[in-house]
Amino acid sequence: MSTDTTTWNTLFILVRRDVLKTWRESADLLYPIMFFVLVTILFPFALSPEILVLKSFAGGLLWIATLLAMSISLENLFKTDYSTGALEVIVLSGVPLLLVGLAKAIANWVLSGLPIIILAIPLALSLGIDAFSLSILLLSLTLGSATISLIGTAIGALSVGLRSSGMLVIVLALPFYIPLLIFGAVATSNSQAGVIPEAELYFLAGLLALAVTLTPWATASAIRTRLS
Amino acid sequence: MFKFLYHYSSLRNFYFFSEKLLPFLLITFVCLVTYSIYGALISAPADYQQGDSFRIIYVHVPSAWMSLLIYMVMGLSSVSVLVWKIKLAEITLSAVAPIGAVFTLIALVTGSIWGKPMWGTWWEWDARLTSELVLLFLYLGVIALLNAIDDRRTGARSASILCLIGIVNIPIVHYSVEWWNTLHQGPTVSKFSSPSIHIDMLIPLLTMTVAFMLYCLIISLYRIRTMILVYDKDSQWVKNVITDNREQI
Amino acid sequence: MTEFLSMGGYAGYVWSSYTITFGIMTLLYVHTKRKEGKYLRWLRRHLASLEK
Repeated sequence: MSTDTTTWNTLFILVRRDVLKTWRESADLLYPIMFFVLVTILFPFALSPEILVLKSFAGGLLWIATLLAMSISLENLFKTDYSTGALEVIVLSGVPLLLVGLAKAIANWVLSGLPIIILAIPLALSLGIDAFSLSILLLSLTLGSATISLIGTAIGALSVGLRSSGMLVIVLALPFYIPLLIFGAVATSNSQAGVIPEAELYFLAGLLALAVTLTPWATASAIRTRLS
Repeated sequence: MFKFLYHYSSLRNFYFFSEKLLPFLLITFVCLVTYSIYGALISAPADYQQGDSFRIIYVHVPSAWMSLLIYMVMGLSSVSVLVWKIKLAEITLSAVAPIGAVFTLIALVTGSIWGKPMWGTWWEWDARLTSELVLLFLYLGVIALLNAIDDRRTGARSASILCLIGIVNIPIVHYSVEWWNTLHQGPTVSKFSSPSIHIDMLIPLLTMTVAFMLYCLIISLYRIRTMILVYDKDSQWVKNVITDNREQI
Repeated sequence: MTEFLSMGGYAGYVWSSYTITFGIMTLLYVHTKRKEGKYLRWLRRHLASLEK
């Protein structure tokens, strides 16, 4: 099935290109991560250093921090490609735009989602989350952050090259993250009560499935529109 | 029917057709809204439980319905823009978005004012209110995107994509908040339980809704007609319209 | 008449809702008409500059 191999190959090449490009400009790599940590530690200062208090909203807190931190990385997704004209070259070269959209989302997740999930471990423990809840939190974050990357890529593509596109993307994207936030935060707090949050996790998985099917199409359409 | 739609989706034909329609719409609106306000404030009997505060329903519910109706109109326009690239649909999208945002705001504010005497609080985080709030942000998002993109046609296409993603999101948000509420609230009485409504109370509600629909249509037509002139500004028929206009003043 | 104005004690709530609603609707109408005028003047200037 040589067409299948070519598709996977193209996808891999596109993802690798984006990851390496951002990796080389390592400042961009660190911003989401630093923001994630900073936002998280603001809450104990604002509310209370008591572990019992922190424990009660730790899941929601980490989820909010994830949403905000990942939104920061959205602006740069298409910026360099658009300004250097590389995006037009890619479109003209006949690469299926669906793959480009998917590749951008995967690259974004690898570069911001994955580090955040890893960093969530020490931060969650510092907020008093127990081991079982931590595993549920990480699972919910994995499912959710992938969806965030997918939706964020579509919205990033819509606003590429616009004035103050960074803030525009964040403001446009956040309403779409609300259901993820609800299910993720509830999953974590339910697991802290000792229950396995099956329903919530299924919904997160379902939303991810929906995003994987629909958002690449939206991203492709957006890229085509912005370049025309 | 398609011939009819095809004929009137041309900017020029729509412009002249709507010109003839507007006076009729305006008169009907003024009559209907006067009648509805009279019905709402005077002839409808006061509610047994809520007293006269229930009269807020006559502005709150029609506004909420308009906010949803306009979003559906925007959704249909978005599909028309993306699939058939109809210019009139592009214009409709940008014309109608601010009107929808305004009615969403009115619905939220009047709902909040009504909530105080009815439930004792200015706000409740239940599915309907929260979804309406998210809807406001979706409207503002579409408006922001339309404003940010200079080229009108590209802007309309981008806003259409955003609008369609939003349409998928609204039921998801509504459902997830509803589900979240059933977890966090105790067994409370449904705040929106609607006992069978008395006919004297229902009629002003229906007439007010139609009046609001007419209002939305009138304002939309004004905005669409202006944008049509701008879109086709270099064509002969627009030049004629403007010179005629100039002579009239 | 005072009974009507006081709305069974809920005067503040009912009258503020109605004034806000119809007030905003009036403002929207005025704003739309003003914008229409502005665009027409702009189009006239544009037309005049073409004729030169």
